[in-house]
Amino acid sequence: MKYLCLVYLEPDKLHAVPDRECANCGQGLRERGVLVAAEALEPTETATTVRVRSGKLLVTDGPFAETKEQLAGFYLVDAHDLNEAIQIASKIPPAREGSVEVRPVRELNP
Amino acid sequence: MGAVDTATPIQESIAGLYETESRRVLATLIRLLGDFDAAEEALHDAFRAALEQWPREGVPANPRAWLVSTGRFKAIDAGRRRRRFDSLDDVGGKADVAFIDTAAWADDESVEDDRLRLIFTCCHPALGPDAQVALTLREVCGLTTEEIARAFLTPAPTLAQRIVRAKGKIRDARIPYEVPSRAELPERLEAVLRVVYLVFNEGYSASSGEQVTRHDLSAEAIRLGRLLVELLPEPEAQGLLALMLLHDSRRAARTSPDGDLVLLEDQDRSLWNRAQIADGVRLVEQAFSSGHPGPYAIQAAIAAVHAEAPTAAATDWNEIVGLYDLLMRIAPSPIVELNRAVAIAMRDGPAAGLAIIDGLASGELRDYRLAHAVRGELCRRLGRAADAQASFERALKLTRQEPERRLIERRLAEL
Repeated sequence: MKYLCLVYLEPDKLHAVPDRECANCGQGLRERGVLVAAEALEPTETATTVRVRSGKLLVTDGPFAETKEQLAGFYLVDAHDLNEAIQIASKIPPAREGSVEVRPVRELNP
Repeated sequence: MGAVDTATPIQESIAGLYETESRRVLATLIRLLGDFDAAEEALHDAFRAALEQWPREGVPANPRAWLVSTGRFKAIDAGRRRRRFDSLDDVGGKADVAFIDTAAWADDESVEDDRLRLIFTCCHPALGPDAQVALTLREVCGLTTEEIARAFLTPAPTLAQRIVRAKGKIRDARIPYEVPSRAELPERLEAVLRVVYLVFNEGYSASSGEQVTRHDLSAEAIRLGRLLVELLPEPEAQGLLALMLLHDSRRAARTSPDGDLVLLEDQDRSLWNRAQIADGVRLVEQAFSSGHPGPYAIQAAIAAVHAEAPTAAATDWNEIVGLYDLLMRIAPSPIVELNRAVAIAMRDGPAAGLAIIDGLASGELRDYRLAHAVRGELCRRLGRAADAQASFERALKLTRQEPERRLIERRLAEL
């Protein structure tokens, strides 16, 4: 099962963890074969939220919700179950500065 | 009449079996079927089949194994029927799995492991605290949704929804059905013990409402505590069971016949349950023999000092202060500090305790009713009637429990 680990940080902590540490973490997970994809994101000022209501496309500036922490990056990891996913998420460096949301990825069923 | 007479003993033994075995059978079925709802349905199908077949064919040699394998067959059958509706060409594809050795699924060791798996899954930290409690009482203790709702003064639909959501999360986020590894065990066990203690406290000292205690919940928590100690004899599991037994041993003395709270020092100690105290003291000793007593074991040791004092005046407050010092070192909290201050007041006089409590009652425990009640009591003993009145009145505003309110009102009237 794949899990999306979303990294949340307060704006002034976006660079609290050195890029090198995050790059090393990604490299380590890649070598273990559990990393599908991981990227850091630009701050929410560059964010756009896209919604569709009754088939109509609505585009708004900004993140999906107004909170102190903002989405700062994500890891798409392949874990056996939630416990393993939680373990992996807890090792993602910004987990100590902000929060990491672990969300199971839904397999599409077309 | 004859038919009824011969059927009744078997029906009765099946009902008895439901009491003693249904949670074990359920725990194993969840492992075999990988789904809570399917397992519950299979459990009921298995008992229904027993009610039909056993009066005719006799009780099987190993009823638990029979129930597990029958439940599993019924679930596979139901799944096959569902698949037949979905796609006609898939019939019988997985039928063979039903014919593997059944005895191995239900041997004693794996069944006891399944009970632990169930407890740890219901108390998984990825579920909300309310959901953990509801799911544990429903699945591990076998209480009905209505019983749990009544005990927690929650509307039954809210509670049912909580359980449905929790099961949904277990399934969708793939919370594993397993006993945590040795490395994860301390943290995960702590979550389980927290649920058990929360259930006990809700029963022992209901946070709101007319009654001081809701006996069923305390009894349920003690049953859970015993099960944990039996399955996983860790020092803190022993400590928590001891703590619950020692508190509960005072139940009969804790309320007057008209439902008023009786404080520890005023209780009729001949009403304390001596067998339960002996049980609790033995468990405290076991937990301490590990060399690293945890917070539950230390609190139980404090309760044991009270339990072993022949009179309130003979209480060894020095020992109790020492245990609170130990507790402050490993699990400091303002509530522990408050209790320690009370012990110091009892050992060294009200002024010594009040010096600590003044800070707490105007600081971290500003909104904690007992901090103000204790402050009121110590001021009263020091003859500071106006301060006592102010504190009792503050405590009265903060309490939501009727017997507690009456106790504070009596204290106010006595000033």
